[in-house]
Amino acid sequence: MSAAVSFPMKRFLFLLPLALFLVIAGYFAMGLTRDPRVLPSVLINTPVPEFALPSIQGRDRGFASTDLQGGVALVNVFGSWCVACRVEHGFLMQLKQRGEIPIHGIDWREPDREAGPRWLAKYGDPYALIGDDPESRGVIAFGVTGAPETFLVDRQGVIRHKHVGPLTPEVWDRTLKPLIAELRKQ
Amino acid sequence: MKLRLLLILWTWLAAAPALAVDPREVLADPALEARARALSQELRCLVCQNQSIDDSDADLARDLRKLVRERIAAGDDDRRVIDYVVSRYGDFVLLRPRLTPATYLLWFGPLAIVLLGLLALAVFYRRNRADDPAVPAPLSPDERRRLESLLKDGPR
Amino acid sequence: MIVEAGHFALVLALCVAFVQGVLPIVGAARGNAAWMAVAPQAAIAQWLLVAVAFLALMHAYVTSDFSVLNVVLNSHTDKPLLYKISGVWGNHEGSMLLWVLILSLFGAAVALFGGNLPAAFRARVLSVHAWLAIGFYLFILLTSNPFERMLPPAENGQDLNPLLQDPGLAFHPPMLYLGYVGFSMAFSFAVAALIEGRVDASWARWVRPWTLLAWCCLTAGIALGSWWAYYELGWGGWWYWDPVENASFMPWLAGTALLHSATMVEKRDTLKGWTVFLAIVAFSLSLLGTFLVRSGVLTSVHAFATDPARGVFILLLLVFVIGGSLALFAWRGPTLRNTGLFQPISREGAMLLNNLAMMTGAAAVLLGTLYPLFLDAVGGAKVSVGPPFFNATFVPLMIPMIAAMAVGPLLAWKRGDLAAAMKRLWVAAAAAAMVALFIWQMQGDGAIFGALGIGLATWLLVGVLVEWGERIRLFRAPAGEAIGRLVRTPRASLGMTFAHAGLAIAIAGIAASTAWKVESIQTMKPGDTVDVAGYAYTFQGARRADGPNYTAVRGTFTVRKDDRPFATLEPEKRIYAVRSQPTTEAAIRTTFLGDLYAVIGDPEGTEGAFVTRIYFNPLVAWIWAGAMLMAAGGLLSLSDRRYRVGLAAGRRRDAPADASPTRA
Repeated sequence: MSAAVSFPMKRFLFLLPLALFLVIAGYFAMGLTRDPRVLPSVLINTPVPEFALPSIQGRDRGFASTDLQGGVALVNVFGSWCVACRVEHGFLMQLKQRGEIPIHGIDWREPDREAGPRWLAKYGDPYALIGDDPESRGVIAFGVTGAPETFLVDRQGVIRHKHVGPLTPEVWDRTLKPLIAELRKQ
Repeated sequence: MKLRLLLILWTWLAAAPALAVDPREVLADPALEARARALSQELRCLVCQNQSIDDSDADLARDLRKLVRERIAAGDDDRRVIDYVVSRYGDFVLLRPRLTPATYLLWFGPLAIVLLGLLALAVFYRRNRADDPAVPAPLSPDERRRLESLLKDGPR
Repeated sequence: MIVEAGHFALVLALCVAFVQGVLPIVGAARGNAAWMAVAPQAAIAQWLLVAVAFLALMHAYVTSDFSVLNVVLNSHTDKPLLYKISGVWGNHEGSMLLWVLILSLFGAAVALFGGNLPAAFRARVLSVHAWLAIGFYLFILLTSNPFERMLPPAENGQDLNPLLQDPGLAFHPPMLYLGYVGFSMAFSFAVAALIEGRVDASWARWVRPWTLLAWCCLTAGIALGSWWAYYELGWGGWWYWDPVENASFMPWLAGTALLHSATMVEKRDTLKGWTVFLAIVAFSLSLLGTFLVRSGVLTSVHAFATDPARGVFILLLLVFVIGGSLALFAWRGPTLRNTGLFQPISREGAMLLNNLAMMTGAAAVLLGTLYPLFLDAVGGAKVSVGPPFFNATFVPLMIPMIAAMAVGPLLAWKRGDLAAAMKRLWVAAAAAAMVALFIWQMQGDGAIFGALGIGLATWLLVGVLVEWGERIRLFRAPAGEAIGRLVRTPRASLGMTFAHAGLAIAIAGIAASTAWKVESIQTMKPGDTVDVAGYAYTFQGARRADGPNYTAVRGTFTVRKDDRPFATLEPEKRIYAVRSQPTTEAAIRTTFLGDLYAVIGDPEGTEGAFVTRIYFNPLVAWIWAGAMLMAAGGLLSLSDRRYRVGLAAGRRRDAPADASPTRA
């Protein structure tokens, strides 16, 4: 930075920090529009990973990856401890009553064996098949980080969509319903 | 985790500090256990963010630790264990990002910055020296001849 | 009513800041002394007004005024008084108020103690400072108002996050903010100097004490936070490379570089542009930290509850402050002329190497911290950058710097003699080699990095002592002369000795606690004994030990060493009632060679058994002792009379102290 540096060169050097900062600020602006906690699934358009979960108390069969061959279905991760699951539960019951699509459940990390069945007895049971998942086996297979999460699986057993958070009528109408119709056509 | 900061925070998920690894999880073979601990430190706890599963006592972290130990006990090598978890959760789960074209800038960036810094230093010193009175320029042949003749004349 | 008064005082402070931001700087441009004279009064008024606002909020906390939303969200009647007070800054809004309180405090300090600054320069500095304050007042008033009322009032509050209910944490934020915000002074001085187009030795003399003060506080604040994490989070870790930690570490690195380069401007009239740049960068990185913690762009355990409006506002503030100052730098910077020339091997050369290491280190940390954001923004994969990355990049960058650190102070200004310096360091080299070999032999395999780390620390420590010994001619001159020289050693150079020795001690602590940590996890019934690193821990059982706002289980371990009683450790596991959040209170017994560290977990079975975790953390306390020594060195240097008297004396050189020891 001595006088021997030619002037334009020197100008450029002194401008560099500003340019660098503006680039960083641009990224920050983009970053503000995104939620860093949203983690896209890497499993979209890949076959359902293999898993086999035992049944919960009061049912006679569990839920395994092989059950997802042959028809479009939803897989919903829930637990009696999960407050947000209560929020979507009424809508899941509606879907079941309307006969829209089979919904399978993964009952995640219940504090004890009775908790899940008790919760379902109280609020209704929308699930076709339920797997008990006290050690997060099924949940890890699906790359789930929190409940509720819902996956749409096509008839070849390939995961097509993942929804994080409670399922609402809006999400259903806007995203899932059209997707399901399309998958059923194939 | 956390450090300091203190400041801080309202955490959106309580970062419950506590015992992470529990004695029931520990593998009997110390060599395998050491591998499990090392692997656990490289995997991110997905519900706590920025905490390794080794440090976290979140339930999901605990179950991931169990899974890591089971796979190690079943004879998987480290690479396969990591690959399995990555196949579920993506690269996000790795606290040490893999070297891919997308992370070249990250991994080679610090080295590039050092090299640029050294280059800048070198340029700086070269220019600096050019007119540094503290460092006389080497004598030109003319000057040397004059100096020699002066020396020959001896002290006056 | 008091709350409204606080709110009103803050609005008034904003108005005063506007006046202070405009009149003095215009006055300085026009040579209007009356307008310039507004600056000091306005700065003091701002400080008083913000203090009123702050005390009003504190009053609401102490009296548990649950008609104030902020108090409801972060306090509770059962909370001990200390935490009612620290709760004021244990949340986003209150901590911003603390931030502006400190900002205005620094402004007032310049007004009160800056009498030796040229009037026009002081007016410009305070105007620039006022613009920073305006940004933050607006931020608080528009997006984060701590005085918001809640009607009807709540019955009781939601309590402060229990992790924050801790004495270490009570003082950590004020310390840290003194550091962050302290760099705002260097920033304001730099911007004012760019406006004037003049940077000289006296400028560096004015900047250096403020930077030193900020640096000391930041050093202490970071150490306090890391110490808190160590004893509160319950697994003995003390640094996690979390984005928020990085946010405090980057300004520290830049501030350290600034301290060194300011010395060069002061003594050698060189590197002016670079030093001004560092002053801008140190504060910019502090602001960046604020942005990262409060905007929600990165996830961190420390993150405050985030709100996009705040993120947008802080980003605008960043663009205004950082972008504006860097634009000014690009415009005026090239006109700064350096006259001092020096060789690569010289005191200046060594300091420049320090600058290079500090700034590349900061750049590496910045890159790692922001990379996930960048990659996501360009549509790349979601990645995480965690401790393994930082350890792999940052640590290697620091090693050559630390090795060179022992040599630098032994070199002369302008042109040093490396061979002569190395000759004088043979003691350090021999000691380092011996210690490293000894430790490696003693500790056996796997310890090679630990041994190298300790060897490096030894090299630095002995090197620092050699330099100090030379300075006072220890063993070379008669004892009387050595003592005389010791007494006359300027405190600034003694401060450097302290700070460098502190770093050596901290490095030893870092190396040892990383390499030889011993951990033992088990279930213990009362009467069970485990042996950890030569200490026998016997679990005596656990009992209830409830506190004012929590329930707790306290375990008791008696520790024996060589069959003799050594200590009793009583760790707790607490559950804070209001948030039903658990915390662990580790029991720690610090010894010279390491910490005994015990934690109690959940009960197991019916026989009174508990999960326990026991650690031996070798030399870990050295980390904080070293950091405190560094901060103490900074304070010592700050007390140097050169910074108290004759500040404006310009280029006077303090003779023997500044001369290199080679010429002493």
